[in-house]
Amino acid sequence: MDLNYIIAILAAGVVAGTPILYASLGEVIAERAGILNLGVEGMMLVGAVSAFYVGTFTEDKWLGLFVALIAGGLMALIHAVITINFRASQVASGLALTIFGTGLSAYLGRSLVGIPPTSTFKAVAIPVLSQIPILGKIFFNQDIMVYLSIILVAILWFVFYKTKAGLLLRAVGENPSAVDALGHNIFLIRYVAVIVGGMLAGAGGAYLSLAYSPSWIENMSAGRGWIAVALVIFAVWDPRRALLGAWLFGVIASLGLHLQALGVMIPSNFLQMLPYIFTFVILVITTRETKHRRSGTPAALGIPYSREER
Amino acid sequence: MKHKLLGSWEIKKTNTSSALKKFGISVTSIVLGLLFAGLFVLITGKDPLQLYGEILQSSVGSSYGFSETLVEMIPLAFCSLGVSLAFRMQLWNIGAEGQFYIGAFGASYFALFFSDLPKLIMLPLMVSAGFICGGLWALVPAIPKAFWNVNETISSLLLNYVAYFWMAYLVYGPWKDPKGNNFPLTKIFPDSATLPVFGNTRISYAIFLVVIIAVAIFLLIKYSKWGYEISVSGSSRKAADYAGMSYVKNVLMVMFLSGAISGIAGMAEVSGVLHRLQQTISPGYGYTAILIALLARLNPFSILLVSFLMGGLLVGGFSLQTSGFPSSMVSMFQGSILFFVLAGEVFNNYRLVRKKV
Repeated sequence: MDLNYIIAILAAGVVAGTPILYASLGEVIAERAGILNLGVEGMMLVGAVSAFYVGTFTEDKWLGLFVALIAGGLMALIHAVITINFRASQVASGLALTIFGTGLSAYLGRSLVGIPPTSTFKAVAIPVLSQIPILGKIFFNQDIMVYLSIILVAILWFVFYKTKAGLLLRAVGENPSAVDALGHNIFLIRYVAVIVGGMLAGAGGAYLSLAYSPSWIENMSAGRGWIAVALVIFAVWDPRRALLGAWLFGVIASLGLHLQALGVMIPSNFLQMLPYIFTFVILVITTRETKHRRSGTPAALGIPYSREER
Repeated sequence: MKHKLLGSWEIKKTNTSSALKKFGISVTSIVLGLLFAGLFVLITGKDPLQLYGEILQSSVGSSYGFSETLVEMIPLAFCSLGVSLAFRMQLWNIGAEGQFYIGAFGASYFALFFSDLPKLIMLPLMVSAGFICGGLWALVPAIPKAFWNVNETISSLLLNYVAYFWMAYLVYGPWKDPKGNNFPLTKIFPDSATLPVFGNTRISYAIFLVVIIAVAIFLLIKYSKWGYEISVSGSSRKAADYAGMSYVKNVLMVMFLSGAISGIAGMAEVSGVLHRLQQTISPGYGYTAILIALLARLNPFSILLVSFLMGGLLVGGFSLQTSGFPSSMVSMFQGSILFFVLAGEVFNNYRLVRKKV
């Protein structure tokens, strides 16, 4: 295997990891505020279908992305109402959101199947940086949404660990009654976190339908939303580790696709299983580690907050 | 409690909830769920009432539709009874879809490679194979859950994809029928490997097994010591540990049984309906099963009833395809109903009252 081929696999890995990165970052935000949202898969699908619909008919990918953000946010709003106001099980509500989103996207996209895209995100080489040997081709010859996702990781890291808003967000997920006692509005903070999380899942969906494989196919996220949720545990709720996990996953996925081209005699179905098995193994290993270190998981994750029961 | 988003209303906790009230809340939730999903149909310029009418007509409007609804009810009820057992212990097994596939795989193995066996041996063998394979597949997420508390929701779901691709490998590869014009299916099962059906319908005798399992689960939960242990472990692990119940053992046993029942569903589908293994053996039975279990509040007899309703919705969904709609849009209705059922739960435990000024 020559170097150029390895570079091509790694560059494709970054692309394959990007939709998962967006979704993972969104889930990190929601879970940091104490709300588990298993509806990522559904939010991604609705994001993907709305981005493709709007992007294709207006011939404007940016408008498509914008609408995907709104759609993802609205989907998350449903979860917020059910879990924050009605204090229902976050697991059950998230599952409902995924089921709902699968059906809604299939319904909305019924006339989009087979339609060619008119406006997509294409690779834009960054001057100078893209000339760096090896790294340039892997990281700096990508589409704008890849660059945006890297910037987003930096922003989130800064907000989480260097600002008061980030401190508040993390505190809500750790000890909501203490934050409440300080006079902050728990419900508002959780609402914002869940909705922003949904918007990012929508962006992940938009990446699928406008950049990764520009088209609409029913159920096109194919479990990536679930992989994103699993990666949050791997990331120990840290945006930087989410980036690492998403890219690692992306490389595994692209390796699977390229192995056959290299003449490795493994049936393609086994290669298709690879990312899911990999995520499963990563989930088991990191959970064991996290348990050992007794750190990471927001203490109030999954617990509805009620002022009278505090 | 001050609840800014509810304005002048507040939520009071009540500990009593009559059966009638529960029923009323369930029905209201379903109606509101259908209205909410209908809104999305309406804003895209279609008539939701006409759509619902079509679903109703095709599912229970004719004797054929009615019998098809029962055909769909069987796998739904099996899987839902399976997941309900895990849910009772607060184990979120959402891998019923994969357990269904692997159960179908196990049963098909005997049908295809031991085709000379007499029916009386073959069918029990296939049921056992489905049971054991489905159960073992559920142990894959159960073991890390039991020993290291690995999130079983995500792990069981991820395995659905693995099971799906395993199945695809078989029907596109070694198990493909050489005379099948290259379609992804195995050769047809011998007569000895097919479940008997009622008259000229497609309803197999597996429906008896569904009822037996429902009764067995009811008795287990209501009267057995182990059933009591499951419920206690589900509501509080601390209490269970204190009472000397082995959490690890119970997680493994409950997940095995849960997967095993979904595995039987897979067996019943290939042996009773399809008579072969093929790539598309489920329109998402394992996912709909989750909704059914929650909607039925884990009560085994309610599960039978709700499975019938959801079976009708699936049959309706298939018929919508002829009008140019994707059959998977029924999950939009299912998800929407579940939203309102979950939100409605609060009215069972709490009451909305006007704030005293």
